[in-house]
Amino acid sequence: MSQPLQKRMYIIMGIMLVVLLVYLFRLFQLQVLDSSYRRSAERNALRQITEHPARGLIYDRNDSLLVYNDAAYDLMVVPKELRTFDTLELCTLLEISKEELIKRIDKAFKWSKMIPSLIAQQMSKEDYGYLQEKLHKFPGFFVQNRTLRHYPHPIAAHILGYVGEVDAVAIDRDPYYEMGDYIGFSGIEKAYENELKGTKGKRIVLVDVHNRERGSFRDGEEDVKPMQGLSLWSTLDLTLQEYGELLMKNKRGSIVAIEPATGEILCIVSSPSYDPNLLVGNVRSKNYMMLVGDTIRSPLFNRALMAMYPPGSTFKLANGLIALQEGIITPNTIYHCPGGYRMGSHTVACHHAGSTNIYSAVQISCNTFFCKAFYNILSNRTKYPNIQSAYQSWKDYVNSMGFGVKFNSDLPYELKGIIPSVQYFDKKYRKSWNGNTIVSMGIGQGEAGTTPLQMANFMAIIANKGFYYKPHVVKAIGTKNNLNDRFKDRIYVHIDPQHFETIMEGMDLAVIGGTARSAKIEGIHLIGKTGTAQNPHGRDHSVFVSIAPKENPKIVVFVLVENAGFGATVAAPIASLITEFYINREVKRKDLEKRIIEM
Amino acid sequence: MFIENRSRSSKGVDVQLIIYYLLLISIGWLTIYSSASNHIAQESFFSFNNVYTKQLLFIGTSLIIGFLILLIDSRLYVHYAMYIYFFTLLLMILVLFIGTDINGAHAWIKMGSFSIQPTEFAKFATALALAKFFNEGKTSSEKRFLWINASLFILVPIIIILLQKDTGSALVFLSFIILFYREGLTGWILLLGAIAVGISLFTLFLNEIYTIALLTTIFLVFWFIQKKDKKKMIRNVILYVASVIFVFGVNLGYQNILQDHQRMRIDTLIGKVEDPLGADFNVNQSKIAIGSGGFWGKGYLHGTQTKLNYVPEQSTDFIFCGIGEEWGFVGSMLVTSLFIALILRIIILSEKNRNQFVRCYGYGVAGIIFMHFFINIGMTIGLLPIIGIPLPFISYGGSSLWSFTILLFIFIKLNNN
Repeated sequence: MSQPLQKRMYIIMGIMLVVLLVYLFRLFQLQVLDSSYRRSAERNALRQITEHPARGLIYDRNDSLLVYNDAAYDLMVVPKELRTFDTLELCTLLEISKEELIKRIDKAFKWSKMIPSLIAQQMSKEDYGYLQEKLHKFPGFFVQNRTLRHYPHPIAAHILGYVGEVDAVAIDRDPYYEMGDYIGFSGIEKAYENELKGTKGKRIVLVDVHNRERGSFRDGEEDVKPMQGLSLWSTLDLTLQEYGELLMKNKRGSIVAIEPATGEILCIVSSPSYDPNLLVGNVRSKNYMMLVGDTIRSPLFNRALMAMYPPGSTFKLANGLIALQEGIITPNTIYHCPGGYRMGSHTVACHHAGSTNIYSAVQISCNTFFCKAFYNILSNRTKYPNIQSAYQSWKDYVNSMGFGVKFNSDLPYELKGIIPSVQYFDKKYRKSWNGNTIVSMGIGQGEAGTTPLQMANFMAIIANKGFYYKPHVVKAIGTKNNLNDRFKDRIYVHIDPQHFETIMEGMDLAVIGGTARSAKIEGIHLIGKTGTAQNPHGRDHSVFVSIAPKENPKIVVFVLVENAGFGATVAAPIASLITEFYINREVKRKDLEKRIIEM
Repeated sequence: MFIENRSRSSKGVDVQLIIYYLLLISIGWLTIYSSASNHIAQESFFSFNNVYTKQLLFIGTSLIIGFLILLIDSRLYVHYAMYIYFFTLLLMILVLFIGTDINGAHAWIKMGSFSIQPTEFAKFATALALAKFFNEGKTSSEKRFLWINASLFILVPIIIILLQKDTGSALVFLSFIILFYREGLTGWILLLGAIAVGISLFTLFLNEIYTIALLTTIFLVFWFIQKKDKKKMIRNVILYVASVIFVFGVNLGYQNILQDHQRMRIDTLIGKVEDPLGADFNVNQSKIAIGSGGFWGKGYLHGTQTKLNYVPEQSTDFIFCGIGEEWGFVGSMLVTSLFIALILRIIILSEKNRNQFVRCYGYGVAGIIFMHFFINIGMTIGLLPIIGIPLPFISYGGSSLWSFTILLFIFIKLNNN
């Protein structure tokens, strides 16, 4: 009996060994053959958090801060980790409706089950603090740190631009961007997106079963720190910009001031404007729609770059320069003005009568003189066989002065203006045209269209006596000493320096005793030229250009005030005040200032 | 009088068993330390809020207990086996009245900050009692009721434990069937057990109608084959009727006796229900933890699933997850093999021993440890439903460690003499 029973030991031990083998086989299958468990574990416990870099700061030319960042918090969701939760409580916390929340979660589900999606954007610190405490009740949700743009001074909205969430197109184009990222939409934010955006970092954190962060994965070995975007030093002068916007209050129009020796834009005003802080954070789209909807003031429209005006009398300076260079006139040439320029059946009227040379013609803005000069340029058959080649030569001069072409500097969305082509006139006049046909272009009317930026740049060319640097708004990148080298090339206009001196003499006379007397400043040698841009839709635009000081130009200014009549009445005093403020850092003519502000 | 003199113990204890024991408790402590130390709430090492510090205390006391057992004369256990058995039964009944609930089982006596589970001690007590029972000479009438009497030794604690709602421990007492089988219980019992398990699974997977249809078919086939053998035909009829009753019993038990969560555990195991975030959650997370370990494991203290509480009860019932995650297949293989090596060593030593008491006790010990191993690991790797019992020597817990130490060291001591 005991012998066979003892053999049962082997059956028992056999069963146990079989169990061991079955378990080992199962373990081998779980641990070695099936890799899905490893992935599940990573999905469980590892969460990759994108660390958004702060965008670069923007300073003005004197180190005053124009744009900085403020902390904000985004609520994210990982749809796969969602469990049932109290929707009502979350809705109350986020101040959104249940339908809206469900809609957003559905959207996140459709996009990706694994990758975090945005649920609520840019919560304040207070909301964040409150939510953080309750977050454990909402598995699948977590909060991500973001920064928002903030503008300590509500100025230069058009030039600084704004940031917004990237769209699908931008994501397709550049894989750096992910849904919910910000990208510069206009102004400096757009032009310097690559410099400002910085480099994203990532952090891999361990998340426990209650959706709480439990420190970094492998002590942060695989984490990458975000790199803040580069800071920019703008060419803008904060106080001058502020002053310019103050002067343009309740007016429509534009001021562009440039330092001619560098092409740096000192101030660039487009009025009406808006507070850049309106286009920040979760109120952006609402406010944007409001601004777009304001079709009467159109505050989003950047007149300095995108409004095209007939250049008006200031364009006479360009024609004077070309006439001098072409040898059509000399400083001694005198044209008689009988009170208008007659050609066949109709006349270009002139408000004075008498004889003028180039100096006095600029001084009193004689229409006749410049019509004649323009006609003569185009009728120079000794040099040009026909009107087409003569006009093309004139057009080349004008284009080289920056008219009718884009600068392609760092100002997005500039218009190139209009300087019509030979083909245009050939088509319009069926090839039968001459200098008289288009003579109104000689005095800045007719087909020509220019932007305030182009006009201001033209002044810089005169101030520099024949060249310019592309007008731009960013001086230095990264550090203040690391100068922006994109705009260090001089661009020459093929007109000799002495002709600029001639024109500047005329502009000097205009301020001393001509049309531009209202621009005179005690102690600063300002020279200028008025303009009155004809406006077919209403009252003429008041235009003024100036250079100061004449001997060593520090600032050139272009001012255009829409529907304000003669250049001398509004535009000239504004240009004068801007110049005075920039050079003296104070304005003594408080009465004038007050009058302009209250206009 | 029971302290033995040195000359008698000079034969030496079984070193292999001692080594297995020390290895297992060391692995246990390291795993508990790893699964309990996470990035937050860094308590001082010596704070008794830490499970690993407490476990260190349990290990220390266990070693003392083990040492004392080796000093005490083994005849004491033989002599007092029945007293010890009845004393623990009394304690267990007492628990029904003054016990506290931990993890749903009403099985604990609270003493200050420590809790004791008398069931744990009933295991070795029952082993002792059965060893004594089989060792004693039997009259012929006693022999007739041998198996019924033997069954009573395990049925009584099982009933008390079921009253405490501790299904896992109740199952452990079934492990004594191994001892019964070794001591002469008919091999049919194993076959019947296998058939019972088969019928149960079939019934739960499909339903009782299909099962009965299948049983009827088998019965009819045998009926025609064994037409001439009256004796076998009667046996077949009895088996058939018993099986059909069993099928209804299984269904009835599943529907009415099992609690909701137990039914859910079975449903998810056999794949009737899929609910990875609900009822399946624990098993799923357990499989993920072990599966993510790979071949070599993530390295000691580098597990994520156990540390971050994805695995429930990661230092007690699901402690094997920590081993699987951090030590991979290599570690899992070593630990499971270590267990089987320990159990087989006990069986071999039991067989070598001339004394029936020692042999019976040894089989009892081997069975208990094996049952724990079988259920616990099977549960963590998703082969068995979740049944909450500790992994011997490794899981955190004083009662469990002490009782397994006592269980094993009494055997070492008995075997020594």
